[in-house]
Amino acid sequence: MDLSTRIGGLTLKNPIMAASGCFGYGVEYADVVDLSSLGAVVTKGLFLEAREGHPAPRIVETPAGMLNAIGLQGIGARRFVDEKLPELRARKATVIVNVCGTTLDEYVEVSRILSDADGVAAIELNISCPNIKEGGIQFGCSLPGTAAVVSAVRKVTRLPIMPKLTPNVTDVASFARAAEDAGADAVSLVNTFLAMVIDVESRAPKISNVVGGLSGPAIRPIAVRMVHECRQAVKIPIVGMGGIAGARDVLEFMIAGANAVQVGTANFVDPFIWPKLLEGISDYLQRHRIARVADLVGTVEAGHAHERT
Amino acid sequence: MPVDVDAEVMANRALTSDYNVLALAAPQIAAAAAPGQFVMVKPGSGFDPLLRRPFSVFEVLRDPRGMPTGLTILSKRIGPSTALLYDARPGQRVACLGPLGRPFTTVDPPAEAWMVAGGVGLAPFATLAESLRARGVTTTLFYGARRSTELFYLDFFRALNVELVLTTEDGTAGERGRVVAPLDRQLASRSAGSAVMIYACGPEGMLAATARTAMKYSRPCQVSVERIMGCGLGGCYSCVIPIRGDDGGFHHVRSCLAGPVLAADQVRWD
Repeated sequence: MDLSTRIGGLTLKNPIMAASGCFGYGVEYADVVDLSSLGAVVTKGLFLEAREGHPAPRIVETPAGMLNAIGLQGIGARRFVDEKLPELRARKATVIVNVCGTTLDEYVEVSRILSDADGVAAIELNISCPNIKEGGIQFGCSLPGTAAVVSAVRKVTRLPIMPKLTPNVTDVASFARAAEDAGADAVSLVNTFLAMVIDVESRAPKISNVVGGLSGPAIRPIAVRMVHECRQAVKIPIVGMGGIAGARDVLEFMIAGANAVQVGTANFVDPFIWPKLLEGISDYLQRHRIARVADLVGTVEAGHAHERT
Repeated sequence: MPVDVDAEVMANRALTSDYNVLALAAPQIAAAAAPGQFVMVKPGSGFDPLLRRPFSVFEVLRDPRGMPTGLTILSKRIGPSTALLYDARPGQRVACLGPLGRPFTTVDPPAEAWMVAGGVGLAPFATLAESLRARGVTTTLFYGARRSTELFYLDFFRALNVELVLTTEDGTAGERGRVVAPLDRQLASRSAGSAVMIYACGPEGMLAATARTAMKYSRPCQVSVERIMGCGLGGCYSCVIPIRGDDGGFHHVRSCLAGPVLAADQVRWD
């Protein structure tokens, strides 16, 4: 059975990645997960410099989900290369770095540093974080902004480039198309949905940043729909995410059109989820006599709504 | 290395209409846990509640031969997760991941240990007191609660020959007021030459007051902090605490990895 999948020039051994912002720098999980067993580890977002992020409280639980506004706390690109990448290399992890920027120049500079480093397999461009004031989502909410970041980074790296798209737009498929036209090798979606939770007794927001990004099973059907829309709009690979909590959810995203997936919030609940997801996918492929997981991508039978009785 | 145990509820004892002690059959975690470490607990496998909740390991349960059979957590009902834990029945399963975090650093005689607990912040001190008393350390528990009925496990600490200094906000047991008041008085009357290690766990205001009091008398103090925590393993960056930097600034550390036990004088308390 073949679980491999391709993202641009990169072949992943399986379609399951750990999502950025939900897995630290990967090294935090080296004791509980065989990092080499994952399709890829996507690191926490990296700017040029270190950032402290927002004050606590940074998360609040919601029905079947959670809201976060971490504020992209991080150690910066150079410290990542010096302090984290060697261990990730030693653990034989396939590393995708999540690149952030407050300006176009910063995206370019961070991408350049990480492209020069040994052990980076691809770049995910964070143009969709809802929780910082400058950069990020400013680019991701504008079609020219999205194209500008992709084409600027395209000029300085040979690594596959994968912008991570925000769902906080009217037509996410047009952003996938803008990214493809600008030279992206893939797109990943969705980042979190901008949301808010208020404590009615105190009338205070429950996180310090007032608003934050909603993730978890609550958002999954919306994310699946968006992947489906993007599949019809672009030819490049799609990495789907949003509330995946089991193997069936992975399969749903792939059938909708994702070539690979990322898992975030579910890792908080069950850090031992990874082998369970892989086993579940293998079982399904066996049961349906499908030899290659890649053959499942975009196979939704859109004309045949199925009511299970 | 932490393990995740689908732990059977061995017993669930209600202490009041809000507080309970839940015993979980997680012998591997109990055997490996050091005083001050915590577990991430989730009742039920559904999505509501979704996330685990952090709890200090309260007691390590042992069979007659001394082998660990499980652990308990001390819980206060404040939301949906803790309501499920309050109502859990023996035989039910509760996911329990641990042991996690940096434990307390113990001391040896002639140093004394003064533990300062506020409310449910008593939790890490049962195992710490056992460890300290086994080393022959003279140990005192300063323990504050709202009212006398919320002062728990006093006989447990008495049986270990831990000296008790009790306070209640309503004056129904011990001294009326906050627990930091007797701590301050006893530190003031203590000769500077005798070593005292202060350990504190409780609400943030109490921790800050304890830290300031310890600093006032130049005493070392370890605090066990509590933050809203998403994962317990360093993945989510939600449980951060501001730590003083050398440059006069601060930086955020994850209390699940750098803590929950931190040196009180390193924390920026404002």
